[in-house]
Amino acid sequence: MRKYTPKDNVQGKAYYTDRFHVVPSVPTFDVATDEVFAKQLATLEAKVTIKSAKIMLGQMIVEINHEDNFKAIETLKSECDYAILSEMSAVDYLAKDGNFEVFYQLHNLKDVKRMRLVMRIEQGLAVESVVPLYKSANFAEREMFDMFGIVSNNHPFMKRILMPDDWEGNPLLKTYPLHGDEFASWYEVDKIFGKDAREAIGPEIRDQAQIDRYDTKRFSRVGYEVPFGADISEGETETPIEYSKTFLVDYQKADGSKPAEHRK
Amino acid sequence: MAQHQVNYASTGGLPVALTTVDHLVNWGRSNSLWPLTYGLACCAIEMMASGASRYDFDRMGTIFRASPRQSDVMILAGTLSKKHSEFARRLYDQMTEPKWVISMGSCANTGGMFNTYATVQGVDRIIPVDIYLPGCAPRPETLQYALMMLQKKIRRESANMKNNKKQDLRLI
Repeated sequence: MRKYTPKDNVQGKAYYTDRFHVVPSVPTFDVATDEVFAKQLATLEAKVTIKSAKIMLGQMIVEINHEDNFKAIETLKSECDYAILSEMSAVDYLAKDGNFEVFYQLHNLKDVKRMRLVMRIEQGLAVESVVPLYKSANFAEREMFDMFGIVSNNHPFMKRILMPDDWEGNPLLKTYPLHGDEFASWYEVDKIFGKDAREAIGPEIRDQAQIDRYDTKRFSRVGYEVPFGADISEGETETPIEYSKTFLVDYQKADGSKPAEHRK
Repeated sequence: MAQHQVNYASTGGLPVALTTVDHLVNWGRSNSLWPLTYGLACCAIEMMASGASRYDFDRMGTIFRASPRQSDVMILAGTLSKKHSEFARRLYDQMTEPKWVISMGSCANTGGMFNTYATVQGVDRIIPVDIYLPGCAPRPETLQYALMMLQKKIRRESANMKNNKKQDLRLI
């Protein structure tokens, strides 16, 4: 049977994957194995519902309901000393189960601990902004909005951060092609010259090795002198090879005798 | 004036040199190419090195200018993202005629390794280019060579820009 690949994921993939390769699994530990984490989890559990909690690679990973994100992070910041939000973004699991996973990576400098707060949200739902708690969430939430289209409620400036303001589509979605959709591939042409110029400029050349023999504005055949913009639909004109007499060494002497062989 | 040794014998007894308008104008143009100070990515570092004392662009009359209104050459040094393409074109439009463009490096030539949705696949999609300089990133010597090639090209052109064939006919 041919391997099934989901059609709603058009991202570029590796050409070759080993069929018998087993991905090594990361060992998972119970939160009770770490005192500090267990204490922090108990504090958090008193405030919000916890769906799951575990320790992987020395970091606690806690899953909560997406409605509780502000309350949970507020608790973690004020009562568990997580002073830094190192990173936050989302992961596209739409093809798998129709959800995004939004994660908050937190850092505790006092106990030297890191933890990740994850939550699943459906497409089209908004999350509560945590900018009042962490300033670093400002750009991160804008990036999440830009790349996935997940809106943060009560964000001070909910606007695209990397892509242009008039951009269509969210590039980090698995359904977004790497080479861009039609809007993306004509973006600069449409914006600068207008849609009428599309025909004159032509589509993007994505094949890095493309060669057009008859396009003499950009290519010329090796060994031929092809003038810029010349019409060679009838074939290139032969360029005679000329060797300079000056550099040709005449080993044959004028009288026909061979030169004396000095080297043996 | 008297200090100059003018060989009157070679000029027919007159302190006069005869030439054509084309030659004179192009002599001036090609020896005072002022590029726009405009770097996009890592190629810009090589461009800066070309302008600095070791490679010394100034000795070729090439002095980087801070305004498009004072520049003749636009060196597109680096990756041009689609978000920025509008502004690159605007800077090109603000330059006064005659103007020339050097596309420096693989990214500016074809998009290079950035075969993605957000990168312009060759700046010639939006700006007519005179010299394509390959390399990733091209060394300063190579940029100097590209500039010398551009000088050669200018010397071959007509002084009246209307007589020169526009390089990129795909543009409107």
